[in-house]
Amino acid sequence: MGRQLKFNIFRFNPQNPESVPHMESFSLDETDSMTLFIALNRIREEQDGSLQFDFCCRAGICGSCAMVINGRPGLACHTKTKDLDPEITLTPLPVFKLVGDLSVDTGTWFRSMYNKVESWIHTDKEFDQSAIEDPMENDIAESIYELDRCIECGCCVAACGTARLRDDFMGATALNRLGRFIIDPRDKRSDREYFDVIGSDEGIFGCMGLLACEDVCPKNLPLMNQLSYLRRKMGIVAIKQMFTK
Amino acid sequence: MQTIYKDVLIIGAGLAGERAAAEAAGAGLTAVCLSIVPARRSHSAAAMGGMQAALANSVMGEGDSTDVHFADTVKGSDWGCDQEVARLFADTAPVEMRCLCDWGVPWNRVVPGKSKYFKGGKQFDKEEKEEKRGLITARNFGGTAKWRTCYVSDGTGHSVLYTMDNRCAQLGVEVHDKVEAIAFIQDGETCYGAIARSLRSGELIAYVSKATMVASGGFGKIYKASTNAVICDGGVHGAVLDTGVVPLGNMEAVQFHPTGIVPTDILVTEGCRGDGGTLLDVNEERFMHIYEPDKAELASRDVVARWMTYHMREGKGVPSPYGEHLWLDIRHLGEKHITGKLREVYEICTSFLGVDPIHQLIPVRPTQHYSMGGVRTNKDGAAYGLKGLFAAGEASCWDMHGFNRLGGNSLAETVVAGGIVGRKIVEFLETYECSIPTAVISQTAAKQQQRISDIVSGKNGNENVYRIREAMQDALDKGAHVFRTEEGLTKCINTLQKTLQRAREVGLQTDGCGASPELSAALKIEGQVKLALCVAYGALQRKESRGSHNREDYPARNDRDWLTRTLAYWKNPDDDLPTLEYEDATPSYEIPPGDRGYGKMQIISADSKEDS
Repeated sequence: MGRQLKFNIFRFNPQNPESVPHMESFSLDETDSMTLFIALNRIREEQDGSLQFDFCCRAGICGSCAMVINGRPGLACHTKTKDLDPEITLTPLPVFKLVGDLSVDTGTWFRSMYNKVESWIHTDKEFDQSAIEDPMENDIAESIYELDRCIECGCCVAACGTARLRDDFMGATALNRLGRFIIDPRDKRSDREYFDVIGSDEGIFGCMGLLACEDVCPKNLPLMNQLSYLRRKMGIVAIKQMFTK
Repeated sequence: MQTIYKDVLIIGAGLAGERAAAEAAGAGLTAVCLSIVPARRSHSAAAMGGMQAALANSVMGEGDSTDVHFADTVKGSDWGCDQEVARLFADTAPVEMRCLCDWGVPWNRVVPGKSKYFKGGKQFDKEEKEEKRGLITARNFGGTAKWRTCYVSDGTGHSVLYTMDNRCAQLGVEVHDKVEAIAFIQDGETCYGAIARSLRSGELIAYVSKATMVASGGFGKIYKASTNAVICDGGVHGAVLDTGVVPLGNMEAVQFHPTGIVPTDILVTEGCRGDGGTLLDVNEERFMHIYEPDKAELASRDVVARWMTYHMREGKGVPSPYGEHLWLDIRHLGEKHITGKLREVYEICTSFLGVDPIHQLIPVRPTQHYSMGGVRTNKDGAAYGLKGLFAAGEASCWDMHGFNRLGGNSLAETVVAGGIVGRKIVEFLETYECSIPTAVISQTAAKQQQRISDIVSGKNGNENVYRIREAMQDALDKGAHVFRTEEGLTKCINTLQKTLQRAREVGLQTDGCGASPELSAALKIEGQVKLALCVAYGALQRKESRGSHNREDYPARNDRDWLTRTLAYWKNPDDDLPTLEYEDATPSYEIPPGDRGYGKMQIISADSKEDS
């Protein structure tokens, strides 16, 4: 304890014509159990009220506070300063549009992603108020939830080589999202329909296999397994299509 | 200034707001949700436990019905709730869970056969029935007679919110995120929408609508230690008070949870104590058995929180850079139990504290958790005082929770009330036309623009918003916390009145350019201090103890004089106290006031009124 921490933080306010992107340093005395959530709030409240960053649940549940911490995308809320060197460098996530300083616009990116993959149950069934629910095996329900756990923090997209190269790449999070619907018996889309969404370089075939997505996922989602599963499944659809043409 | 017209404007994109938006969009209306954060980051996502609904599929839920759920809810509320609303809620909850099921929520399901469960540290067997295979199952929660809480592993809120946001996307509901409502467009009789500020550019936007709904969640962040997300700051409640005509109901009813961790106030589950964890003081000695010889750590939430606070006041708290706390000890439960049955607790401790609970003590203190009070509405969700204004979810005082809410009832309320109020808004709009006075829009916008320029230019003064907020939080933490007394509340109110004066003189330390977070904080600070005064002043006037409201100087529940709901108005913006009015707690009784069956307490009967 008693360390003095030095924070190098990326600063840029696109709303201010005089602002130019630069790094700025702040010093702080470390306290017990200090996280980047505590540190950044102290810097804003005690040193510079204009510093922009996002926190919401501050408990690793909502995904708001993803940023690049010493070169690696991660959640600031559960990053403890005692696990870092006394000099800490914070920059905003790449790929997403910058709002200001450490704050980026993940909302627009993700909304466009789920419109693209039509992230909802496709069915003709109308809800009947007087009927009991359709039964489902608990194992299936649990496996859907295992993929549904993504918090849309954007770390996997920020760490993705392909996403850095091309704007239209959907990224591991979109493939994971679609995987959730493929195993859901309530969704009536055919494999062919799924292929139309992800069977291209924007989807499964764009991945270069660098594995960073899974490395940085704060929820430890099986993103690479999911991708290889979809590639195999979609590969079969592609071959079938060749023969039916 | 951009002006956006919609049939329905919903402030908040959590579960209550999006559920109502889905109803509106499903009926062919245009709906937009405003949200400070992307919709899926709303605080609804943080609820892990589950949603109560009497489906009675699990064997431990056999014999459950909406009547039993209703009775549990009324008892839980300490007879402070509106019983018509509690009935409506209990009856609708099962239908709503099934609807969510159709929309895609992966509810955990009944698995037939034998399994084990724990109760009071002991192991029991149960056997689920084959004919219920695959139906929505339930888990056990405090204060309920049956297993009734539907859940999705440890991420119920997350899963339901994602499903709901999917549904909204499918129906074409727009969510404008990084947008914050700062004032209502209203003429004292009718609400026509809201003026909002973009948290991307700092620009003002007018949202004009025939119906406006407040679904902005709780306001726990007016307290220093709160389990609430940082966005639950009461900004919209401040704007509601500012209308002068819409009251907030039962603001003194604030729930505290015994085990928020220090310093970040994240909740660790009651299960720690349920499974045998103990509370220790600065000397690492147990103390709960001194105060509650029978139940010790297993007494109810409000009781444990009360004694913990008392013990710290006696000088037995552990000092830390973040204030005093106590210890939660689960070391004796062993590694297998902690990393298995209490996995989530283990992860919170290791990820956020750097504490290994297998070998180390967990720092905890009673922490603000839930706001039973909020925008007072009738059973249709229509706010008192302004036509066209509605509210639902934690933001509202629809009032099925009264003075204490049960676990699993808050998350269920978001979707049940969102659905009911959404349908009522659709019904309302079928016959409702209004002419929109554009002068009211431009005057409201001009007033807000002026307010912003005054703060930025330092015209009102240069009080630091963060120091004002600290003063407000300190005052509430000292005087309007778990324990309340006339002396403590009076002191708290005096401090808050001085703080209100400072809030009116707030200025910025920085330039306030663009999406300035300091300006956001400054714009809502006066409203927050007013909310704090509603809590403290309501608590001072309520001379009884009911549910979460504990007056040391009036320990009895007084049904004779206080079977009422407090309505707090801020009639004149320059006032330094709210105007309080009272109404009956419920228009009718299905269950007359009686003993809750837990938490021993003296009751002054309503019948004694005739005698006196």
